[in-house]
Amino acid sequence: MINKIVQSMAEAMAGIKDGSTVLIGGFGAVGQPNALIDGLIEQGAKDLTIACNNAGVGRVGLARLMDLGRVRKIICSFPRSSDPVVFETLYRAGKIELEIVPQGTLAERMRAAGAGVPLFFTATGVGTKMAVGKEHREIDGRTYIAERSLPGDVALVEAWEADRWGNLTYKQAGRNFNPVMAMASKLTIVQSQHIRELGELNPDHVVTPGIFVDRVVHVPYGDPSGF
Amino acid sequence: MSETVAFKPFSRPQMAARVAQDIPEGWYVNLGIGIPTAVADHVPLEREVIFHSENGVLGMGPAPEKDKIEPWLINAGKQYVTMRAGGSFCHHADSFSMIRGGHLDLCVLGAFQVAENGDIANWATSENDTAPAVGGAMDLAAGAKRLWVMMEHTAKDGSPKLVQRCTYPLTAVGAVKRVYTNLAVVDVTERGFVVIDMAPGLSFEDLQARTDAKLHLAG
Repeated sequence: MINKIVQSMAEAMAGIKDGSTVLIGGFGAVGQPNALIDGLIEQGAKDLTIACNNAGVGRVGLARLMDLGRVRKIICSFPRSSDPVVFETLYRAGKIELEIVPQGTLAERMRAAGAGVPLFFTATGVGTKMAVGKEHREIDGRTYIAERSLPGDVALVEAWEADRWGNLTYKQAGRNFNPVMAMASKLTIVQSQHIRELGELNPDHVVTPGIFVDRVVHVPYGDPSGF
Repeated sequence: MSETVAFKPFSRPQMAARVAQDIPEGWYVNLGIGIPTAVADHVPLEREVIFHSENGVLGMGPAPEKDKIEPWLINAGKQYVTMRAGGSFCHHADSFSMIRGGHLDLCVLGAFQVAENGDIANWATSENDTAPAVGGAMDLAAGAKRLWVMMEHTAKDGSPKLVQRCTYPLTAVGAVKRVYTNLAVVDVTERGFVVIDMAPGLSFEDLQARTDAKLHLAG
């Protein structure tokens, strides 16, 4: 019997190695897997590369992981937030590396990783400093730049419902980066608000099929708050 | 030249209403964070314009009443919004496929500078910006079928924002089609900037004096 549902956070986080690339879902607080981020803090892996749309708020969650000196590099589109104090302090002190990526390129780099596409061309960033050092190609009269895929060793994902095969649904804008990150990683760990019996989820409503998911932990926390 | 006569700049709501007036029914539209967000308030619900937000929301409605906030429903500016009948959610890669695949009819962005060749600078004010935040601006500027800009005509220090060449880091090259400012509405054409509307009481010469690039009159 396949059962991807694990009973403890320690089990969910088992085996994450130092030096891993970790993709973290969410857009602001919505769809952000806070319990898994806390689990990663507890688990202890360091020298991490984190890909996430934002670079942490206040001193909790991702900001705390950075504050503990566990993040070598952050890949994001928008390092500012309502309170990016930890990131800015580390960045000014030269203690964290930053790779700024246009938001759509960030999402596409992960989808490409999930689809087995190592390199693709996009018009986004042409003529800007994002294009410096990248391969340029003219296709049907328009100039594009090459972008590499962004595979993760680990993805931390938040879902609304999950079953023991790892099929997932999401709630409203909580979907955001979660499905592409689930596709892009070798080890996809999910926190889900609800656990459903196998067969209970309507196959028409499954957004992330279980093939992209490795572990599910039940975290019924309610509604997101604070950005 | 006679003394400059008093003129009345367009207010923010007037600018938003002016942009809204130019959006026909049926368009799919992304409104950038900041000044452009207000445009939605001036499009009547019966004119079916479909608003998109980068975080996977298509068919956004106005802000909710305080007691009707849905904590899972935010826009790219991380403000609470509502969903219209007919709205849908998608993930980030699909949402940006709508942008990058040329499916949006219009994007309206704010900007620091727009050049007469349509270049836009709106994400960093210096090459040495410590940690510039680009978000989805480059995707929107390069990907939407048309890009309009809404901004003040001059910066806080009085320097022109409609320029011959952008001095700030670019967001996209040759992308802007029209600019709505508090002083004028200006099309970006092969001739350069063409003025199609001006604030009441403002003369063409006064407008030119506040603009770095050469302005042309329509027609």
